[in-house]
Amino acid sequence: MSTASTKSGVTTASEARRSARLVPAGAFNVASYGILIAVALLILVPIAFAILGGFKSNNQLVGDPGSVIPSPWVASNYTDVLFGANSGAFWQEISNSLIVAVIAVAATVVPGSLAAFAFARIAFRGREAMYTLFTLGLLFPAAVAILPLYILVRNLGLSGNFLGVALPEAAFGLPLTIIILRPFFRSIPAELEDAARIDGCSTFGFFWRVLLPLARPAIATVSVLAIVSTWNAFILPLILLNGESQWTLPLGVMNFSGTYSSDQARILAFTVLAIMPAVIFYAVAERQIVGGLTAGSVKG
Amino acid sequence: MSTSIAIAARPEARARLRSRWITIAIFLLPALALFVVFVLLPIAQAAYYSLFKWNGLQPLTDFIGLKNYQVALASDTFRSAIGNNVFIVVLSLALQIPFSLGLAVLLNRRFPGRGIFRLVFFLPYVLSEAITGIVFSLMLRPGAIVDTSLSGVGLGGLIQDWLGDGTIVMFTLFVIISWKYFGFHMILLLAGLQGIPRELEEAARIDGAGRWQAFRHVTFPLLGPTLRVSVFLSMVGALQLFDMIWVMTKGGPIGASNTMATLMFKNGFQSQLMGYGSALAVILFGFALVLALAYQRYVLRRDVEGALTAFNG
Repeated sequence: MSTASTKSGVTTASEARRSARLVPAGAFNVASYGILIAVALLILVPIAFAILGGFKSNNQLVGDPGSVIPSPWVASNYTDVLFGANSGAFWQEISNSLIVAVIAVAATVVPGSLAAFAFARIAFRGREAMYTLFTLGLLFPAAVAILPLYILVRNLGLSGNFLGVALPEAAFGLPLTIIILRPFFRSIPAELEDAARIDGCSTFGFFWRVLLPLARPAIATVSVLAIVSTWNAFILPLILLNGESQWTLPLGVMNFSGTYSSDQARILAFTVLAIMPAVIFYAVAERQIVGGLTAGSVKG
Repeated sequence: MSTSIAIAARPEARARLRSRWITIAIFLLPALALFVVFVLLPIAQAAYYSLFKWNGLQPLTDFIGLKNYQVALASDTFRSAIGNNVFIVVLSLALQIPFSLGLAVLLNRRFPGRGIFRLVFFLPYVLSEAITGIVFSLMLRPGAIVDTSLSGVGLGGLIQDWLGDGTIVMFTLFVIISWKYFGFHMILLLAGLQGIPRELEEAARIDGAGRWQAFRHVTFPLLGPTLRVSVFLSMVGALQLFDMIWVMTKGGPIGASNTMATLMFKNGFQSQLMGYGSALAVILFGFALVLALAYQRYVLRRDVEGALTAFNG
């Protein structure tokens, strides 16, 4: 417990106020910890429920839903999903998700960084208006466009093609990418560009050989954010992909939970395995995700 | 510059101008093409389709003007869906953001374990909304872990048919939405708080302000720009609510948890009412556009200098 709270308990208000400023900035009390731990538990309980539930039998889950620790531990739910007779679907969905993610990320980051460069370093008429158009796009929900997109993708001959879902996802990811990259590209000193020009670099040469290598952290950030959003995308794949063989993980989980609705343990195992890639990715790239989102949405 | 030189230079200048525009086109066209084809064009098409009675397959012939909008706005089902979107917006602003702000204030102090709390609170944000919904559906089944935990701590009387009772399903969904998104707002607000020099609050404290007064009159106003971003993103998120609701309730029971997006999806893809569904999409877009313009006006404009650095500069 911090000195502030022990003292203020027995002193008058004015003394407490005086003592408050003597408290070191690092002081932190039990109540605060209590709140934080309670909230952390609220976050972790559902996740633990899913992980541990995947190790239970259905009899345990339904018969004794209050018990926390599986007894006995049943690994077969997980191993069935991964290696069982029907494990093909899980691996198919992982690979579909990966393919869509790779295309969507490339189609977001390459055009996005080119455009961000133009918006950051080339002066031309209509630039700010066009940039504003992209920033407004940040607030356009994909749901608005799904009915026409369904028809458009069909007419473009892209239905049943991963491009047909990856490109719209990329298009909806462009605003955030551009909003994050533009200030970064702007912050690179003009002297550097002048020097590159004097050495004979074209505009594109400057972008490619000087600016992109310098912007590697920012590019990493927007790539990571694009991966997260495409990995979790639901409504666009739901309407734009054809049939089970193309489904990405979120669709697969929904389908699996419908098909095996009485086999809860197996649904939980499947669900846990499906979120694992995202969790591992978060553990590795937390800095980029958090940094990018705060920079992107706070700085505008 | 004398006129003769200007005239002599003109063809060359024109060539340079042309090459400049070619350069600009190379940089802008890929993004612009994607954005126009897959974002702007579909929105325009939705507006066009919404003027027809159309099943999505036959040629567009049955022009009915604004009839779809009339029907939509007069429909109790659609109105209650809008009501549900608004319900989530209001609860998010009234509960979720203050909650996130409180946690951000706690985490803005230095103490052991701070990094772990931040990591845990933000974790749900990276999970898929659909998958999150499925886990919670299992937890909320009658007699499942939520119910048994409540009875276990003596609160068995609070047990409800969480997703099956139309009068409480939206509250249930709101709690799960908050579970997933409060960490995001907390992180935004934390970044905002960290941009405010600590000396300001300390100075207020030395001048005799209490902890709450210093926060209320010094920190809180400076946090304004970040709070606005948080509020807008929360509103937009609530407006387009679909994934979680679709996997958990499909808008049910009996339409009690419909949102604009689930209703649009049902009409367009399940009932083959593409024209009517498009009208709903355009109305949803109308809401989003109003928000986007307000965002542009009240948030981005100020933040061009950088919301967090504005004070320093």
